[in-house]
This record gives sequence, C-alpha cells and structure tokens, in this order.
Amino acid sequence: MIEAKNISKSFGNHRVLENVSVRFEKGKTNLVIGESGSGKTVLMKCLVGLLEVDKGMVLYDDRNFSEMLLNERKTIRQEIGMLFQGGALFDSLTVEENVMFPLNMFTTMLLEEKKDRVNFCLKRVNILNANNLVPSELSGGMKKRVAIARAIAMNPQYLFCDEPNSGIDPKTSILIDNLISEITQEYQITTVINTHDMNSVIEIGDRIAFIYNGQLWWKGNNQEILNTDNKEINDFVYATELMRKLKK
Amino acid sequence: MTKNYKPDFLKYNRTSKLIKLLLSNLSMRIFYDIGRYASLMKRVFAKPEKWVIFRKQVFVEMDNLCLGSLGIIAIISVFMGAVIVIQTAYNIEGPLIPLYTVGFTARQSLVLEFCPTMVSLILAGKVGSRISSEIGTMRVTEQIDALEIMGVNSANYLILPKVTACVLINPFLIVLSIFLGLIGGWFIAVFTGVVTTYNYLLGIQSFFVPFEIFYALIKTSVFAYIITSVSGYHGYYTRGGALEVGQSSTKAVVFSSILIILANLVLTQLLLG
Repeated sequence: MIEAKNISKSFGNHRVLENVSVRFEKGKTNLVIGESGSGKTVLMKCLVGLLEVDKGMVLYDDRNFSEMLLNERKTIRQEIGMLFQGGALFDSLTVEENVMFPLNMFTTMLLEEKKDRVNFCLKRVNILNANNLVPSELSGGMKKRVAIARAIAMNPQYLFCDEPNSGIDPKTSILIDNLISEITQEYQITTVINTHDMNSVIEIGDRIAFIYNGQLWWKGNNQEILNTDNKEINDFVYATELMRKLKK
Repeated sequence: MTKNYKPDFLKYNRTSKLIKLLLSNLSMRIFYDIGRYASLMKRVFAKPEKWVIFRKQVFVEMDNLCLGSLGIIAIISVFMGAVIVIQTAYNIEGPLIPLYTVGFTARQSLVLEFCPTMVSLILAGKVGSRISSEIGTMRVTEQIDALEIMGVNSANYLILPKVTACVLINPFLIVLSIFLGLIGGWFIAVFTGVVTTYNYLLGIQSFFVPFEIFYALIKTSVFAYIITSVSGYHGYYTRGGALEVGQSSTKAVVFSSILIILANLVLTQLLLG
C-alpha cells in the first residue's frame, strides 16, 4: 500500500499540488486521472522521489519514504517498477539487455538464471523473438511492453505507470491495460497509473483519484465515476462526443 | 559618509544599474553552477554499484570515446608536425642558427603545447559534444529517471566510466600524437629538403628533459577530466527537448574549451614556472 499524506509541491510561485492525501491499495489498479497540467505527473514523481515534496509525506507500507536518505531509499526503489510515458528503454541496449539491466545491477543471479527470468518476463508481456532487437527497431506498443517486462523483472511490490496508453492505438492500448491489470492481481502489486484515457478508466479503474487544479477533487471506482454528479468530473469524463452519446 | 559612498555613475545611471543587475545575476549563476557541479561530482565519485559492470563500462567508453578518436588525432598530429617544421625552417634562415633547431623546435612545440592542448581542444569538440548529447538525450527521454527509479546512482553509472576511460587513455593518445607529429615533421623535412634527416633527428634528441613528457601527460589527464566532467554536467542537467540537447552540447564544448585554456595556464605556471 502506498499512502500520500497532505502532499504539497510548488515550482517557484506556482503551486502544482496542494494538500493531496490519497491511498493506493495493494492488488488494485489505482488510477490517477485529470486534465493535462492538473498535477498528475508531478504527484507520481513525488511518490517515487524524483521530485521532493515541499510538505507532507509518502508512505510505502508505513515506511516514510519522504524522510529517508538517498541510500535508504535505494531499498524501496528496488521494490519499485516504473513504466514511463515513452518507455524510457536504454537506446544502446538490446531488448534482452534492457530487461536484464536491473538483474545485473542488483542480483547475484547466474547468467542462465537471468536469461530465464528475462525470457519469462518477455513471454509474460507477449514479446517473442525480439531479444536481440534494439529499442529503435520496436513499435510504440512493443516498447511499452518491453518497459513493463523490465519493470516487473525484479518482482516489484509497487508499479507506477505514467500514461501507459499515450501514443498507441486503442487495441494495443487495451492490451497494455489488461496486461497491467493482470500483473497487478497476479503478483499482488500496488499499481498506480496516471492516465487521461477514459477506456482505461472504465476497463481497469479499481480505484480512481481525480486531480483537479492540484487538489484531490474526487475518489471512487469505475462504476461510481459514470454516475457522479460532480461537475468537474463530468466535464472530464464526458468531454468527448463518444462518451456523451454513450451516456445518452 | 565614506561608508555609503557610491560613484555617481552607479547611483544615477540606468545602464549601470542594468549592468549591476546583470553582473549580480551572472555571479549568482556562476556560483549556482559551481555548487551544482560539485554536488554532481560528489555523486559521480561514489562507489560504483557493481565493479564488474563499471569495468565493462570503462572498456566500452575507452573504445567509444578514445579509440574512436584515433583517426582524427593521427591526421591532425601529422599535419601539425609538418607545419611546425616548415614554419620553423622559414623563420630561422641564417648562418648562426644550427639546422638541428628545426627538429628541436618541432619536438618542444609538440610536446609542450600542441599535442596536449590542441588535441585536447579538438577532443573537447568531438568527445565533449558526444558525451553531452548522449547524456542529455537520456535525460529528456526519461532514461536517467528510469535509472534513478531502479535505485541506480545515474551520475556515477553514466559519467564515472567516461571520466575514468578518458583520464587513463588520453595520455596514451597524446604520446601517439607526439610521435606522429614528429613523423609528420620528419616527412616534410625530407620531402621539401629544408633540413636533413640527420639534423632533424639530432634536433629532436637535443636538450631532452624527460619531465617535459610528464608535464604533457599531467596536462592531458587534467584536460581529459575537464572534458568529460564538464560535458557530463551539461548533459546531465539538460531540460526540455532536442533543442536543449543541442544547446547543452554547444555549452559543453565552449565551457570545456575555456576551462582547458585556463587550466593550461595554471598548470604551466605550476609545473614549469
């Protein structure tokens, strides 16, 4: 479980997050949604420690991450897997080397064991016969799946996904969503997903937090979000013609 | 009265106020950069996560950054040696100056200045821009964030192998550069007939002080550190996109070159002054 307590973050005079308190449950896909610029990515970066919070704290299973020193954070970071918006695969490494990277860095596994683990992770995300390809030879969807494979290579307890569906077609998008959801339930991971994709919200939104102007505006799940009378939520959910027609 | 005294041009002139503001911003910027560079270096020189991976990375960087520069260094050195010989021969025409002076001057110029400094300046362009753009691209495509999330000290993982590789290998490149420079000088001397092989060889062996080679190697190692660390710094703190990666790359080359020139002066005064 990950808990953010009264998190505030500003850049100069611009306040991006204001007293955000939210809890992300284990074994659930926790979605953070909101308009572009609402503070979703900053919240995620604060959660993983890429940005320091100005106020408040982040707890990983009651361990206060915000007050830890860099070396102490390392232990928790090895329990974190993260899927970045663009995949963030290492350009100079092959698919196999990318997935093997955290294993090389932090385990004492033998090469054969590492290869087995890599192949298992790649198979889990349906990437076959691509071990020797470099990221520039992969499609957008494949990059995301390889990034998921790398994120789960170390058996993480916490999985963060920053807009996993951006830049990919709706079909692949659903595949990625389902994959993340399956992995979350299978390994009982605490998964936090930043998205503004309504398909994801409806498909896999076990827990949803809506961020509006840097504040936690609404909490619920994928059933409640469709029936709420909160104006800001409705403006967001029914922003597209398709969603409005579906509502009717 | 004395305490509050300010020259009139500072009190009343708008331009001077603007200059004062710019200077204070510039000095703040310099201190900010120095502080940030120092804190980055603290992270760079931490213990590597795994020595096996670090060693492998060092060899990769030796190949990419140093051995990959052999071609350009060879070409520049040969032509530099040749030009020095022609210019020296042109300037010493006279019965009182012995002909071996040409070889002597070529050696001194190559060992003391041209090879360590000129070649390092060229490497600042080639290697510096490569390091900065490589790390800068990794920053803007979130690859550095990915390293950090995994718990890897990204500064150490990305910059230390480059620094180590260049500091260790560049002195060898400079020795090779001196050798090729002397060969180039000898070739042009024989080809144009400005000095005989005997006189040229006599010149390059005359008044040889081994410390001068040591001086050249020390300079080269310091310059290699400047090139890699400054370029690494500019790449590491790149923000934005492709445009900013290009700007970082330019800054890396400019600042490395300026610092090399300054370090050259300081080291020369310390070691030879």
